[in-house]
Amino acid sequence: MKISKSAAAGSMESNDAMILIEPGEGDVEIAIESVVMRQFGKQIESAVKSVLDEYEIDDARVWVRDKGAVECTLRARTETAILRALKEEAK
Amino acid sequence: MIRSLLFIPGNNPGMLLNADVHGADAIILDLEDAVSPDQKDAARILVRNAVRALSYNTQLVIRVNPLGTDYYLDDLKAVVPLKPDFIMPTKVDGEEYIKDLAERLTAFEKENGLEEGKIKIIPLIETAEGIENAFRIAKASKRVFGLFLGAEDYSADLRAHRTKEGDEILYARGRILNAARAAAIEAFDTPFTDVNDEEGLEKDAFLAREMGFTGKAAISPRHVSGINKAFSPTKAEIDYAYEVLMAIEEGIRLGKGAVSLRGKMIDKPIVDRAKRVVETAKILGLGGYENE
Repeated sequence: MKISKSAAAGSMESNDAMILIEPGEGDVEIAIESVVMRQFGKQIESAVKSVLDEYEIDDARVWVRDKGAVECTLRARTETAILRALKEEAK
Repeated sequence: MIRSLLFIPGNNPGMLLNADVHGADAIILDLEDAVSPDQKDAARILVRNAVRALSYNTQLVIRVNPLGTDYYLDDLKAVVPLKPDFIMPTKVDGEEYIKDLAERLTAFEKENGLEEGKIKIIPLIETAEGIENAFRIAKASKRVFGLFLGAEDYSADLRAHRTKEGDEILYARGRILNAARAAAIEAFDTPFTDVNDEEGLEKDAFLAREMGFTGKAAISPRHVSGINKAFSPTKAEIDYAYEVLMAIEEGIRLGKGAVSLRGKMIDKPIVDRAKRVVETAKILGLGGYENE
């Protein structure tokens, strides 16, 4: 599925993450900025990617600004951003 | 045993992460007032993920948005599969509200293959009409576990000035408590809202306990230990309770019709209270009498 509208979820508070999802260029691209990039960059990417997969999204660009969010938070914020983008599209 | 109930904002990942480390007997994950209207969707998903991932080690209450709002059904649909111990409906003004909620819970429990009737209800009563209907609310469903007074909205509804002393909510406290006890359920007191006034909190919590409330809510983790202390029996109370029970046993053994302790007759209310104190002390693991 292709994302055709932009949407964001989350915050820049500590323990949270801000996720911005927008139309991609034919595939999934995930850009991550995190205070724990070196230690947890891979896990952050995998958490975000798994939610995109659950929604069968194969064309989107996702920006992640992580402020030390645990996996369940990253997944929640990603899912919220996806649902908001899909809702915008349905309008 | 629920002495303290700690409110946790439903869209705050940091607070959700540590929700059960503050010693509260129950946590209330809040989807209502602590979440702004444009973040209701985010909070619902975050709370769902947090409950699934973090396996909280306390009683779990989820506060949902009121009947009549766009969020009510979405909230229920999202939270029932999480199997919380309690749902806290808000702005409950009468028995029809609780009947509606109980029916919807049954439908969602069926839909999710859950045991029917397992999720209990703690109605938040925070309007003048709700206070007047407290007993009917308490009796509206077998799911109703206890009544909860929300004094901030209630005093605004009365057009009263909210004070730390709480004279303006004395009637509501008494009414809620009487309704709850008449229906043989629990009663929970409103939070004390000055997070920096721990002395005021202790006074307020002791007053609620002396009135007969089961427990009290907290809006700050800093208030939890004060509430737990206020709603736990003291060593002197526990010792006295054991003395009462032993005096009664001794009286029965000697075939006495009336028993006295420290020059005072022990009647049924004293024995009932002693039994409750001993039971509470046992649940809380507080020291018992050595001759128990």
